[in-house]
Amino acid sequence: MEEKVKEIIQRYSGDKSYLVPILQDVQKEFNYLPKDALYAVSTHLSVPVSRVYEVVTFYKAFSLKPKGRYQLSLCMGTACHVRGGELIARNVADTLGIKEGDTTADLEFSFETVGCLGACALGPILVVNGEYHGHMNIAKSTKILKKLGKKGATDDEQD
Amino acid sequence: MMSKIKSFDELKSVQERLKAGRDPKKPCITVCVGTGCLAYGTQKLVDSFREELAKRDLTGRIDFRTSGCHGFCERGPMVVISPEKVFYQRVGLMDAGEIIDKTVLKGEIIDRLLYVDPQTGEKYVHEDDVPFYKKQTRLVFGLNSKVDPQSMEDYLAIGGYSALGKALTTMKPEEIIQEVIKANLRGRGGGGFPAGWKWDETRKAKGEPKYIVCNADEGDPGAYMDRSLTEGNPHLVLEGMIIGAYAIGSSQGYIYVRNEYPLAVKNIHIAMRQAREAGLLGENILGTGFSFDLKINRGGGAFVCGESSALFASLEGRAGEPRAKYIHATDKGLYDKPTNLNNVETWANVPFIIERGADWYASIGTAGSKGTKIFSLVGKINNTGLVEVPMGTTLREIVFDIGGGIPEGRKFKAIQTGGPSGGCIPEKYLDMRVDFDELTKIGSMMGSGGMIVMDERNCMVDMARYFTNFLVSESCGKCVPCREGIRRMRDILVDITEGKGREEDVDLLEKMASSIVDGSLCALGSSAPNPVLSTIRYFRDEYMAHIKEKRCPAGVCKDLITYSVDPEKCTGCTLCAKVCPTGAASGERKKVHAIDPTKCTKCGACRESCKFEAIIVR
Amino acid sequence: MVNLTIDNKKIEAEAGQCILDAARENGIVIPTLCSHESLEPTGSCRLCVVEAKQGKRTRIVTSCLYPVAEGLVVDTKSERVMNVRRLVLQLLLARCPESEQLKEMAAEMGVAAEPRFTPDKDNVKCILCRMCVQTCEKIVGVSAIGFSYRGTQKNVCTPFQEDSLTCIGCGACAYVCPTGHIEMETTGDTRTIWGRTFKMKTCKVCGRYFAPEDQLAYISSKTGVPADNLAVCISCR
Repeated sequence: MEEKVKEIIQRYSGDKSYLVPILQDVQKEFNYLPKDALYAVSTHLSVPVSRVYEVVTFYKAFSLKPKGRYQLSLCMGTACHVRGGELIARNVADTLGIKEGDTTADLEFSFETVGCLGACALGPILVVNGEYHGHMNIAKSTKILKKLGKKGATDDEQD
Repeated sequence: MMSKIKSFDELKSVQERLKAGRDPKKPCITVCVGTGCLAYGTQKLVDSFREELAKRDLTGRIDFRTSGCHGFCERGPMVVISPEKVFYQRVGLMDAGEIIDKTVLKGEIIDRLLYVDPQTGEKYVHEDDVPFYKKQTRLVFGLNSKVDPQSMEDYLAIGGYSALGKALTTMKPEEIIQEVIKANLRGRGGGGFPAGWKWDETRKAKGEPKYIVCNADEGDPGAYMDRSLTEGNPHLVLEGMIIGAYAIGSSQGYIYVRNEYPLAVKNIHIAMRQAREAGLLGENILGTGFSFDLKINRGGGAFVCGESSALFASLEGRAGEPRAKYIHATDKGLYDKPTNLNNVETWANVPFIIERGADWYASIGTAGSKGTKIFSLVGKINNTGLVEVPMGTTLREIVFDIGGGIPEGRKFKAIQTGGPSGGCIPEKYLDMRVDFDELTKIGSMMGSGGMIVMDERNCMVDMARYFTNFLVSESCGKCVPCREGIRRMRDILVDITEGKGREEDVDLLEKMASSIVDGSLCALGSSAPNPVLSTIRYFRDEYMAHIKEKRCPAGVCKDLITYSVDPEKCTGCTLCAKVCPTGAASGERKKVHAIDPTKCTKCGACRESCKFEAIIVR
Repeated sequence: MVNLTIDNKKIEAEAGQCILDAARENGIVIPTLCSHESLEPTGSCRLCVVEAKQGKRTRIVTSCLYPVAEGLVVDTKSERVMNVRRLVLQLLLARCPESEQLKEMAAEMGVAAEPRFTPDKDNVKCILCRMCVQTCEKIVGVSAIGFSYRGTQKNVCTPFQEDSLTCIGCGACAYVCPTGHIEMETTGDTRTIWGRTFKMKTCKVCGRYFAPEDQLAYISSKTGVPADNLAVCISCR
């Protein structure tokens, strides 16, 4: 893990001002920000770990917890809100049995709401692992979750 | 790869060569691949076009171009066939072959792909005739559909970088600044501060190096014009920045872009690499001795980073907390050095001013606001999309002529401008001419250009709660009035929407608001009460209905409404019973259904699904 | 030197000085919660706001940050100013209902709690003034504590809310805390702060426990003074 962090820091020539992008790359590598990786960032970038922790917790893009296999992001931009985004958020959270921002215990699903994705014509939008599902409504979101649940189960069987 | 262009003359000949290579009569298929259209699955359509062209051995005989956002996102995927500019919308992912065979080769029009005006029922064949486009002035944004954002040749072929050549070889830095001042270009990011003055201050400030920064961290929920420019025409933004750098005397610039905009990050990276290879960025630009380079920083997801001092903190690798700005960024900004910050759209306007002159530019717009403005027209509107109009266009023209009015024949209620800290504007101001000053006068603001349309089914107290809640979660937490005050306002708004409001709450909200405006450290806090103040100002009776009668007139606030079935309208189609997650809605086929209030969770699924408007919410 | 007026009093102040310092030097009291002479002003508590008039422009400014200027007219107790201060105190009282210091300050200024604000129940006395974080970073130099999260979730803590590896137990943070939020307990040979317990060192002369061993080791490594020379308490030095 430390080697990987060093390599990422090297990409930015060890420049402290790239702390945010460095952390983004570290998160991309490990799917979240493991504590050891953050200590490694602190050591090799010569930034106090309290500062690293401050930055990680300040920005919404960072996660200290592992994310699920299916990462669901629901757009909560204003355009999506006026078209009923909040009702869908409630439905997804209730169906998964987690609060937004959390991951299910089996690490299958993470659910978060995000600021505007800038695809307002398609609002409300649910993004599943980077794939946009537009004109979302309550019934459609339930259907997607069901489908993913099934797909997940068959994948497991194949494993 | 393009070899280095060493002079303005050489640039001109490269442009000429590229322009000559583009036969205006040659058929060209353009597909929009902005983020919105890609979200419709347009990539499959693009692949299919390439395949079908190859199959027919037409590759090369027919031009095919993928371009940035055309703005009419509601109607994606979109295809335009030149030279006639036939406009196809909501194109099916399997339609490529048919379009080539019929329209491109035979000139036949495919009726089902044409745009039909939802208000008049009229059909349109050509892009320029579509009302959505016809009433716009697409000065800055219009170039998007003419270029492949990943092709520098495309940009050069339409005369790109001419303004840079002109500026570097025929104008002194001071002359450029005077030109921008004369054009009265005002900051498109929200403040509306004259860009030329800012440039001038940065140029004159003591301290080296000087930085210029492009804010592409568009944080307003419901606004995406900066993204569409950055991903759709990155060279235009770069050209504006390089001209600005030369005028200001800066050799290093930064682009701070939202990490949620992966395509914008990618395209601007590609554009920078191309510009460097062509000698338009980096050392000794166009052989003039002027050197300037750029770095890209991705943001971490924080609305407050739209505030300049917070943006600089983030660029320096710190949490995005603002500082008090008694010393201007033009004197002490990034790394405490003189820094000029403008947003994407502002930079993108610069080449036009240099190329065509300040007088021409200033002939567009109103007395105090010049040029055009791109708005992101979203919400309860038929033609969701990006629209560019001259400053001074009325809200009515934007919403009804260009936007095509409100869907499903519902009634317009309000339009929110200026992002989460802007204000809600009621119907009586629809004929107001939109510019920086007029919007401020009625308690809203231009902001970066978000326009969210609301209809009778939107509750204004709920909207105030939504925006305030957004700001609570985006407050950096540094200063007390913003961190503590906005959440207390939010709590009171939540109480009101839950029927726990008190009569004195509205006065208390107003009182708190004025002290939060006065007492907050940065613009996020001092503008945060705007949505509450403007909704109280124009929709006080809606607040009162919630507080006194425990009633939500728009039928939104869950605790104040009940769902029932209108026996007159219900056809017994059973759809509501099917979608109801709790079994509250039930009934036999072809008989009037009913909703059991004890089981109903007011999730809204039945209302959403009902095709006959038979679900009553009171 | 520049000439300005604060509360109708004509004052001469050094250029570059902030309004707050100029006022204090002239016996004019402006309340503050996040200001300390050894620390950089941050303007986070907002109690020190004043109304400043320069030419035709009147605005509310932060007196700990706003530099004095020729002809500036300052009102430290205008209605707008008092409205801001009242709201700030009411908000802090609701956030930290247990803080004696805040209650005293509110009583002195005649500010009553706003009944519409339900007091927080988490018994936090921290107002996020950032004096402790600044002290730890800039004065002590160990950056053992810092901020985490943002907005209403913001708090001061050690990284991951675990024992800090860099904390030396000096207690400077507890010393500067204006509301008594940071708890430090020193009993006999141990001191506990931020959840971590430090072993105390005895004075070579009087034999009393006087400082954490980690602190002395840190001072020794920073200054190059041998640890043995530091083993004497201040009263015996």
